[in-house]
Amino acid sequence: MSDNILRIRDLSVNYQTDRGILKALRHVDLDIPKGSIVGVVGESGCGKSTLITSIIRQLDANADIPNGLIEFEKQDLLKLSLDKMRNISGTKLSIVFQDPMSTLNPVLSIGRQMIDIQYRDKISKKIKKQRSIDMLTKVGIPDPQNQLNQYPHELSGGMQQRVSIAMALQAGPSLLIADEPTTALDATLEVQILKLLKELQEEIGCSILFVSHHLGVIAELCDHVIVMYAGEIVEQGSTYEIFNNPAHPYTVKLLECDPASISKKQRLLPTIPGEIPDLINLSGGCIFKNRCDQSIDRCDKHIPKWNEFADNHYVSCHLIES
Amino acid sequence: MSNLLSIKNLRVRFRTKSPLQAMIQKIEDPYIDAVRQVSLDIKQGETFALVGESGSGKSTLALAITGLLTAAEGQIKFMDEDVTNMTSSQIMAYRKKISFIWQNSIGSLSPRMSVGSLITEGYKIHNLKDRDIKMEADRLLKLVGLPTNIRERYAHELSGGQARRVGVARAIALDPKLIIADEPTAGLDVSVQGEILNLLNKLRDDLGVSLFVITHNLNIVRHISDRTAVMYLGRFVEQGQTDDIFAKPRHPYTLALLSANLTPYSEASLKNRIDLKGEVPSLMNRPNGCEFHTRCPFSSKHCDNEFPPIHTFDREQILTCHYPLNKN
Repeated sequence: MSDNILRIRDLSVNYQTDRGILKALRHVDLDIPKGSIVGVVGESGCGKSTLITSIIRQLDANADIPNGLIEFEKQDLLKLSLDKMRNISGTKLSIVFQDPMSTLNPVLSIGRQMIDIQYRDKISKKIKKQRSIDMLTKVGIPDPQNQLNQYPHELSGGMQQRVSIAMALQAGPSLLIADEPTTALDATLEVQILKLLKELQEEIGCSILFVSHHLGVIAELCDHVIVMYAGEIVEQGSTYEIFNNPAHPYTVKLLECDPASISKKQRLLPTIPGEIPDLINLSGGCIFKNRCDQSIDRCDKHIPKWNEFADNHYVSCHLIES
Repeated sequence: MSNLLSIKNLRVRFRTKSPLQAMIQKIEDPYIDAVRQVSLDIKQGETFALVGESGSGKSTLALAITGLLTAAEGQIKFMDEDVTNMTSSQIMAYRKKISFIWQNSIGSLSPRMSVGSLITEGYKIHNLKDRDIKMEADRLLKLVGLPTNIRERYAHELSGGQARRVGVARAIALDPKLIIADEPTAGLDVSVQGEILNLLNKLRDDLGVSLFVITHNLNIVRHISDRTAVMYLGRFVEQGQTDDIFAKPRHPYTLALLSANLTPYSEASLKNRIDLKGEVPSLMNRPNGCEFHTRCPFSSKHCDNEFPPIHTFDREQILTCHYPLNKN
């Protein structure tokens, strides 16, 4: 497939811990088509952050990647030297983090930071400044000329996140990774930021890898959804398919227990009993078998294969095979 | 049912400039009002939810209720006792009847104390020597659905959901009449959110406590609260029965909040989406007239210069707006 901007094949990530090897990601395959928004959804501990940090090559020192391929614009990111990697991240590959206050440097003005990150371009400071102003206008910041002299703490949370989006998109990346960019924001601002991201994505034509645990946000923004559970992808497909026709028992339960999807008042809310399996002592078989209420004998021993459940909708579950 | 907590015209102010700065810069009123003209009643055994965006004064109101912040104006009555003029020994007794579940579940637990001593700390502070601490700890852990062997663990060894349950156990230790829960589900996964809300509901039924839930997550409000108030810039813009607020929001801000509430089934929500312009104004310079008119999609004449009147609808739905929606 040539029109994928990012192609991940058989990626596994292990962490060395005191108790043994923690298998945080296992055999992950993922494609991001050019110009599309792909959402990754999953609960804490499912490997969302490990996935992102392995793409940008910022994994902790105790992590190692035993196998896998991360192909970004035809080059394997895992084989690049750190120098070459540094040239890609920040220009073709950029990222917006969850907490804008800790992304921005508190002791430098917004303008100084926005000019600093253009250090690769051999152009005058005046043009760099003008570019920053244009970018701030694009993300909807009023009076950008004066905002350049402000410091991050003088802006509200929504404005800070707009600035970090402006900085991430300034170099015109072909892939933007957004790591829960609206979690720290209020509901009405969340809607504004999502709308902004969508507009900018269409304008710049980049792809977005959007990571969130908020199902509503994913449904709102993404074209394609990937559901992760305990370090594995369990289901993927178009947004409409995943939310209207979920097939994996985990996805079904996750959607059921989201308070947002229950419109009738209910005193007792549904939950998923049990806990995420210990990723150090994996017992083999299907990863969700302990919490699944439909598990069969085969789930204990065999790892389920990918099955095409519907058009452009893949599920990793034994129940679908049979 | 009698009122457990009754607040009338509460105002909480924070100083923004020191007296000297204010004198030099000739600022007559160096304060901001974080909470203004707030009136509410909470009945015995009732769940009251407070909804609003960050900076709207939700937590300030909660702190004022517990007596951790002093009120500039107005009255807070708890079981017919005036909280605003209590002596420190009265406050101590009062705080036994009211407890807090903090937003940051792990951060609110001391990292140097075991779970067992954390949840029984209240007994020591209030000098309740007649209780067997170890038995009490086991009883509380069972009540919140945690295994008793967790007693020896420390805060960093707990998961988010467990830490939240320990926070709940701490809150119910002294048999309070009112529990204030500040964002009880913030930072939790959806599957764990349901567990915590079910626990709070169960405790309310079993122990007969009232709950005051602060949140910006409307999805959970619908399922747990009897009555809801919506706060904007320190004021209540709308207040009423939760069912009424969801079925017939009458203040434009309530409507906007409800429509900003993203659900996985977005097709339904997209149609009626109301986009708010701009950002929440600063408390330092409140807009004239109706304080919401700068962002209100329906604002028209009078909104920018006259303070809106208070309307009362059926079933105690109260709101302040010039042009209430859903009139019939």
